[in-house]
Amino acid sequence: MQGLFYVSAAVAVLATALVVTRRNAAHALLYLVLSLAAVAGMFYALGAPLAAALEVIVYAGAIMVLFVFAVMVLALGREGERQESQWLRPRMWLGPAALAAVLLGELIYVLASGAAAVAGGTPVVVGPQEVGAALFGPYALGAELSSMLLLAGMVAAYHLARRKQMDEKEGER
Amino acid sequence: MSPAGTIVLILGTLIGVLSAAALLIWVERRGLALLQDRLGPNRVGPLGLVQPLADMVKIMLKEDWIPPQADRAVFVLAPMLVLGGTLATFAVVAAGPGLAIADLNVGLLAFLALSSLGVYGVALAGWSSNNKYSLLGSLRAASQMVSYEVFMGLALGGVVLMAGSFNLTEIVEAQRWVWFCVPQAAGLAIFLVAALAETRRLPFDLPEAENELVAGYHSEYSGMKFAMFFVGEYVGITLIAALVTTFYLGGWLGPWLPPVAWFVAKTAVVVCGFIVLRAALPRPRFDQVTALGWRVCLPLAIVNLLVTGGVLLALE
Repeated sequence: MQGLFYVSAAVAVLATALVVTRRNAAHALLYLVLSLAAVAGMFYALGAPLAAALEVIVYAGAIMVLFVFAVMVLALGREGERQESQWLRPRMWLGPAALAAVLLGELIYVLASGAAAVAGGTPVVVGPQEVGAALFGPYALGAELSSMLLLAGMVAAYHLARRKQMDEKEGER
Repeated sequence: MSPAGTIVLILGTLIGVLSAAALLIWVERRGLALLQDRLGPNRVGPLGLVQPLADMVKIMLKEDWIPPQADRAVFVLAPMLVLGGTLATFAVVAAGPGLAIADLNVGLLAFLALSSLGVYGVALAGWSSNNKYSLLGSLRAASQMVSYEVFMGLALGGVVLMAGSFNLTEIVEAQRWVWFCVPQAAGLAIFLVAALAETRRLPFDLPEAENELVAGYHSEYSGMKFAMFFVGEYVGITLIAALVTTFYLGGWLGPWLPPVAWFVAKTAVVVCGFIVLRAALPRPRFDQVTALGWRVCLPLAIVNLLVTGGVLLALE
């Protein structure tokens, strides 16, 4: 399983790097989907099959499809690629690179000091039942709060779409 | 299972599914002809049975053409995603006890995950063709498949509640007393509608509606790339029928005959049902498809889930 984890992790890192450097928005999105699928592979190797499946269903399968949908409708083409290469000048990399370097330093420090090894040992496979029991047991408050957030988002989306619909009806008259 | 056994199983599944798809092409063409009072392909071999083979030879010899305005890499990738994603899902399907290539404890979710990735093949095919009809077709496909996936998952929620597991083998074993098509009749109806929409077949073939969009998302495809879409459709029907059998019709359970025979027989009946539906139903308008999904199927699926949960709690 360790081999699977490292292969997935390498794919994820490589795909994410390609997401940032691609000029064509659709190609970048495809690499992002690949990166999310690789993260799902990492979850699976770590003994969390439910998280792996949900990662693919929710992120790769639902959210990213909406992004692809938007890119398809916008039809950026050559014009978009030219604009993107204007934005992606070497100077643009300074800020993000500095911030990422800080994170990298932290990661190296953690690995070197051996703090990560405390949580190590053989991974235990966490099935769907265990996740459900934990979610509606000790973490019930968090689950309820996020459900309220989702409900609010749904009501807001409904309201916005409805107003648009009413405007269109006004126009018809 | 031993590695050699797994490899034999993988090869057996691949050969079985692909020959089933080839046979289905003949069954559908002759079956539709029968229902429409004409003959259909009856020249090649006895009853025209060798027709798919002749078609295959012809399509392999065709020029493999990529339109100059297309995004080459994505254009080549898209048909592979459609066929590969569908074939990969067969890994979690068990045709008999212990006959699943990957007996995942999240098997049902793996199916939903792979089918949600199936949208990319179709969406990217239309986008990379750089053709307005292709783009319209793939926009329709993406919106239709994303919306129908939602209540496909919700309808399966009832099955998961009754079986108490995401594992396909355990779902089949839980149907020893009664097949889930009886207590989950509403769930089965919603799942069938969603399954038809997922496979993009009539009455839900708006993504390729030939009388408005040329051939929709695969207008620009020819040769083997088109063949991959074509075979992918039939592999998709086989997959969905196998899953309907697993989730609602008791899988391989049945008296007298060996388990695999029951599984194949039930799957074949469901597939024939899909073919008859294609002959029987007209194609709705796009807004009607969306309205049916969100206004009828979604509330029905949620009510089904609530009632199932309530009844199970009361019985406990």
